[in-house]
Amino acid sequence: MFKNLYKYRWLTGEIVRKNIKLQYRNSVLGVFWTFLQPLLTTLVLVMVFSRLLGRDSKAVLNYPVFILCGRLLYEFYTQSTKRAMRSITLSASVIKKVYIPKYIYPLSNVISTFITFCISMLVLVAFIVYFQLFSDTPVNLTPYALLAWAPLLILFILCTGVGLILSVLEVFFRDIEYLYDVFCMLIFYLSPIIYQVNQLKTANQWVLRALMANPLYAIISMFRSCVLFGEMWNWNWFYYSLGFSVLMVLIGAALFYKKQDQFILHI
Amino acid sequence: MDITPAVSVNGVSIMFNLNNEKIDNVKEYFIKLVTRRLHYAEFWALKNISFELMPGERLGVLGLNGAGKSTLLKVIAGVMKPTKGTVSVRGVVAPLLELGAGFDMNYSGKENIFLYGATMGYSRKFIASKYDEIVAFSELKEFIDVPVKNYSSGMRARLGFSIATAVEPEVLILDEVLSVGDAKFRRKSEARVQSMIDRGVTVLFVSHNTPQVRTLCDKAMILKKGEMIMFGDVGEVCDVYDEMTNGKK
Repeated sequence: MFKNLYKYRWLTGEIVRKNIKLQYRNSVLGVFWTFLQPLLTTLVLVMVFSRLLGRDSKAVLNYPVFILCGRLLYEFYTQSTKRAMRSITLSASVIKKVYIPKYIYPLSNVISTFITFCISMLVLVAFIVYFQLFSDTPVNLTPYALLAWAPLLILFILCTGVGLILSVLEVFFRDIEYLYDVFCMLIFYLSPIIYQVNQLKTANQWVLRALMANPLYAIISMFRSCVLFGEMWNWNWFYYSLGFSVLMVLIGAALFYKKQDQFILHI
Repeated sequence: MDITPAVSVNGVSIMFNLNNEKIDNVKEYFIKLVTRRLHYAEFWALKNISFELMPGERLGVLGLNGAGKSTLLKVIAGVMKPTKGTVSVRGVVAPLLELGAGFDMNYSGKENIFLYGATMGYSRKFIASKYDEIVAFSELKEFIDVPVKNYSSGMRARLGFSIATAVEPEVLILDEVLSVGDAKFRRKSEARVQSMIDRGVTVLFVSHNTPQVRTLCDKAMILKKGEMIMFGDVGEVCDVYDEMTNGKK
């Protein structure tokens, strides 16, 4: 399988290049949308949750940065898995004609989304610089910020695995798209994007367990530990999310390998 | 002379599960599952096909619609796995089935050249070295930076043909594509295929047009309902096929 990937590395590169180029081609602001989109949505969330609903934003050190971290990671997760999900059916015309290792499609879609996601990280850098210089609630910037790549790498593995699984399901059941949209909304509220878990006033053990079982919760929390709170993450988050992500890749690869010869009959 | 075959097909059979209705979503699947109406019918598109082609041999595949011609080419191109039997192909296969299938419509002609090349497994560097030749042959120099969605179907076909034949494949699969473009480009593409044949490329050619098969190929086969009913020298096979099709009228 990997020898194959090496042989078709050009194709992987070309598809990644294509996705990134085409994403910004027909918009006036071009690549600036990568920054504007998270910036604007974060402003909306900050306004809604700290002004309108009067949430105590001091409780999380720096609420705008807190939200931005969560949103950026969540957005990458949903974008990459959704694009990977559709990748096989969208490439039907090629897959029907030429032999190509088909897993290249979900994989290169996750990679291209990851690259634009890394570019959009500059917004976070700008946010942090701004709050360090001009506000009385700076983030706690410590050398731990240099470890921020680790949760991002785990997130990449998770998205690859989930993307592989979804792309197979999509081939056989097209309406999985709608189900997954709803699922993503559920994930949004199940991930501590707009709130912190210890702020929740629920005693319901099941709700808390559902939160803990969400690997995005662990990944976002690790990322925040690094860049916002400036401390080492909880190692349980690390083991759980890494284990979960690797498991997803294994399941995805096995499912894909088993079903890929049938794709041609369904696309 | 090389004695290992370029293409060898051993006892290939292909079975499709024909659903009475095509089910592609969860909702229908469960409804049918619950109401026990999930029927599958077996359909054999190819039955026990075996043949070998030496490097440089040109095979014409004849048959009526639905005889399994395109399925056979898909198996040889590696797109479809045979249910039974094995296929082995030596060297680079350039599929010319429905030209331009690998194009992205929002991409310009130039960008699509690299994308299409990568789809066939070639590096950016290699395609760059062939780039001028491809553009010159397609006669699309002034449109090369225009998105392909604005091309006419003839222009798309020209570009696809130019890329697929510029990379010097060992095995060329032609699915009635020699009828693309205007008369001028048709002559040019026929000359191109001829020069590839002179270099010793192995050709698989699907057509209904027996005169074209006679000039291009040296071997031919007839498929009928998934079975190979004749395989041999192009002259004899074409005579039989002409008789078959005329007799039916």
